[in-house]
Amino acid sequence: MAEWLSRDEARQLADRVLALSKAEGCQVNIGSGSGGNTRYAVDGISTSGDAANATVTVSARFGKRAASVTTNVFDDDGLRRAVETSERLAQLAPENPELMPLLGAQQYAAVPAFWRSTAELDAGRRADAIRAALDVVERAGLVAAGFVERLAGAGAVANSAGLFAYHSSTSAVHTLTVRTPDWRGSGWAGTAHNDWWRLTRPATLAERAVKKATESRDPVTLDPGKYTVVLEPTAAGNLLRLLTFAMNARQADEGRSFFSKRGGGNKVGEKVVDERISIVSDPRDADLLLSPYTGEGLPVEPTVWIENGVVKNLIYDRFWADKQGVKPVPFPGGFRMRGGNASLDDLIAQVDRGVLVTRFWYIRGVDPRTVLYTGLTRDGVFLIEQGKVTRAVRNFRFNESPAAMLNNLVALGRPERVSASESGGVEGGGAVVVPPIVCREFTFSSISEAV
Amino acid sequence: MDRRQFVSTTAAALALPGVRLFQAPQADASIKALCLRALDAARQAGAGYADVRVQRNRNQSLSTREQQITGLADSETFGFGVRVLVNGAWGFAASRDLTPAEVDRVARLAVAQAKGNRRAVKRPVTLAPVEAVKDGRWKSPIEVDPFTVPIEDKVGLLMAANAAALKVQGTRFVSSSLFFVLEDKTFASTDDVFTVQQIYRCLPQMTITAVDPQTGDFQTRVSAEAAPVGLGYEWVTKADLPGRAPRWAEEAVQKLSAKPVAPGSYDLILDPSHLWLTIHESIAHPTELDRALGYEANYAGTSFAAPPDQMIGKLKWGPEFMNIQGDRSQVGSLSACGWDDDGVAPETYLIVKNGVLVDYQTTRDQVAWIQPLTGRTRSHGCAYAQSWADVAFQRMPNVSLLPGEQDLAVDDLIAATPNGIYIVGDGSYSIDQQRYNFQFGGQVFYEVKDGKIAGMLKDVAYQARNVDFWSSMDMLGGRSSYQVNGTFGDGKGQPSQSNAVSHGCPPARFKSVNVLNTGRTRG
Repeated sequence: MAEWLSRDEARQLADRVLALSKAEGCQVNIGSGSGGNTRYAVDGISTSGDAANATVTVSARFGKRAASVTTNVFDDDGLRRAVETSERLAQLAPENPELMPLLGAQQYAAVPAFWRSTAELDAGRRADAIRAALDVVERAGLVAAGFVERLAGAGAVANSAGLFAYHSSTSAVHTLTVRTPDWRGSGWAGTAHNDWWRLTRPATLAERAVKKATESRDPVTLDPGKYTVVLEPTAAGNLLRLLTFAMNARQADEGRSFFSKRGGGNKVGEKVVDERISIVSDPRDADLLLSPYTGEGLPVEPTVWIENGVVKNLIYDRFWADKQGVKPVPFPGGFRMRGGNASLDDLIAQVDRGVLVTRFWYIRGVDPRTVLYTGLTRDGVFLIEQGKVTRAVRNFRFNESPAAMLNNLVALGRPERVSASESGGVEGGGAVVVPPIVCREFTFSSISEAV
Repeated sequence: MDRRQFVSTTAAALALPGVRLFQAPQADASIKALCLRALDAARQAGAGYADVRVQRNRNQSLSTREQQITGLADSETFGFGVRVLVNGAWGFAASRDLTPAEVDRVARLAVAQAKGNRRAVKRPVTLAPVEAVKDGRWKSPIEVDPFTVPIEDKVGLLMAANAAALKVQGTRFVSSSLFFVLEDKTFASTDDVFTVQQIYRCLPQMTITAVDPQTGDFQTRVSAEAAPVGLGYEWVTKADLPGRAPRWAEEAVQKLSAKPVAPGSYDLILDPSHLWLTIHESIAHPTELDRALGYEANYAGTSFAAPPDQMIGKLKWGPEFMNIQGDRSQVGSLSACGWDDDGVAPETYLIVKNGVLVDYQTTRDQVAWIQPLTGRTRSHGCAYAQSWADVAFQRMPNVSLLPGEQDLAVDDLIAATPNGIYIVGDGSYSIDQQRYNFQFGGQVFYEVKDGKIAGMLKDVAYQARNVDFWSSMDMLGGRSSYQVNGTFGDGKGQPSQSNAVSHGCPPARFKSVNVLNTGRTRG
């Protein structure tokens, strides 16, 4: 068996499991693939790893009773044990009144998200990429810590009602943080795509981080307060994905969300942010390339979440959609926020006085009522005066809501795909495409001495 | 309300260090043979050092909301990983297929990877010595194996807890869950170590939400005092979610009408159910040695407690009575084990002694970095990998604030405080990448006036600078107020790995800390 299953192999495996099932209904989720990663830091390459795995999750159901068992042991005994255990657990489970019937066969969009260039990125080629980045950093007399990761895999969903869905994809990411040897400056750069060759080249990426590290030395300390900010796409992505996480219809309808409407219901149809804001998702979007189906095999359709500032859709699971008499709306993980054509430099040129932010860090929810989050700036914060970046600024802690931020919008730039997860690895949920954003009255609540 | 009510039902303290012996796990002869084969294959391919970890991780999770089950899932993952050193460069490869041919292939792949990595290695890795272990066995001190407890009992307990919470007027939603983990691992290395361990962990949890339909306000209370531990089902029984749910539900409802805090400077009394997380973020993370030397700069960050030669014996972190211990031996703690993933028997040692930083957390490949400063020649035993597919690296052990000499209780701290806030349970948390500036919320906040609880507050978060905060600690609870809490979700590394870790502490008081009001006008 290859490290990732072909469509036929996945179907055969699913059929083997379904044939073993004695439950009233059975769903099989298959994951397969391999990951390779290499880290580098003070002494060059530190650790690396290559691992392949494959899993089968069997979900058995008897009426409204259900349970699932996951295993990575695929011999006949392993699969039989998983099927039997799932059936035993399901029969012991109380009824779940919200359990929805299995979906029958569905149609899915084809999403070509698999690149050989990424699948074949072995340890040697990762080391070559790192050598290229380190050459730039070492020539500048600086120190880098970075990460190259690739994933290649295929997944499938099948059930006893005749559904079968299959999708294969690759992802690659390269992020690095460059520091001055005296730790007075730090700069970050990152790049992500399904296709390794579409990532920013290592030397270019390293040059970007070197520039930020060099320019971030000797920062001026600004007072905490409200500032006009220019968020680079990564920083914007860090915050905007938090807003999408809050877009759950049930939470809103239950009165425990920013998207709850006072007096009951949710804010679909209401304008919640500036009219220039539109957030959409389409699995086939060439910059997103998301899975075309959910874990239950529900097709993921192109969806408009916010259009011209108005909430168009919230996430409805199948139960809640059924209860509310609407169509289920799955969340695809990734999204695109529309923007304009302005480059980051164009945006900076429009700002009389403001703060340029490279990325955010340790972002945690403070108050779900207002989607209030706290976190810190990191690896490159700069003062903008009269349209120009003039000097480094000491890091800030913020307490701000992405919803409030999008109401204080000044301008949007050209969207790009970013590595928006704080961990700097392959995006867990899905790709994020966002523009650089300028907004006013962004709340920096305290100073951080961190570099 | 009687002050004692606030603390009488918090989790019973776990015992302080002391390893007990339990029924030893059995080694599988065929697994041992394959381990030795992997080591041979790695050596033959050119490895100077090799280790192999064969691991089966079993999880079970049950989740509910209100009076229905929302999830019941078992999962098991089995495989092995081979780690090698070739001329000072690491390599690691892993597979789920434990057969002789695959063991050979994976060992050779790890060696090939290490050889490839050498082109970008500047300082070769050296390993500190390790004591040989011919046949080591260790098992978590469980009384009841959670995987043998009937599902009906587990579901019944959660439903009873949910029902108890929903009986409280004003409670609208409740969710609860149980999560069990068993790491069954066999480790062998070319340094004559062979160990077999069974490590259990469990996490009982519930979240209660109260909604005020008039104002649209909602507040939640998480069962922060029901700690995750390295014990069996007996802990779930003791955690008594059904018995404690009514009080947590009442507190969720009370939060709706609690007084918004006036921002300003307050003396804070931090309950152990809260303080553990502040220790985790502000002391345990910055004393990870790889972080202090820049190895984690791209994600987890670096440390203000750096470089070590300017910090060891010099960084005055807090008062004389501040002692911070690293260990993997507190009975029932999440980090407890017999040997780490380097094959080292972990040590119990002080990281901060009498308020001064004296040591860091180390693995075998890190000892040499600070040996001239500490005089230590062996690893503290802090290597951990979350699964067979992940490479081991330095993870924090249990990092605990030791109790004070005087046996003060939280009531004594409250009684001695004219104007302060008592915080119970962990809430929101955020800290910068060098661990200077942090901001923490909590579960429940009480105004303290003239030595008495004066009522509940809401929208409280405190923000401070690390050393200023710890230096302001002026009262510390004693041994009988010491409690252990912790997390399954300590994240570090790229790709990010999860570590489970406990932090013990008594309650403590901190002077003049900056408190924010996090409430905002709602749309």
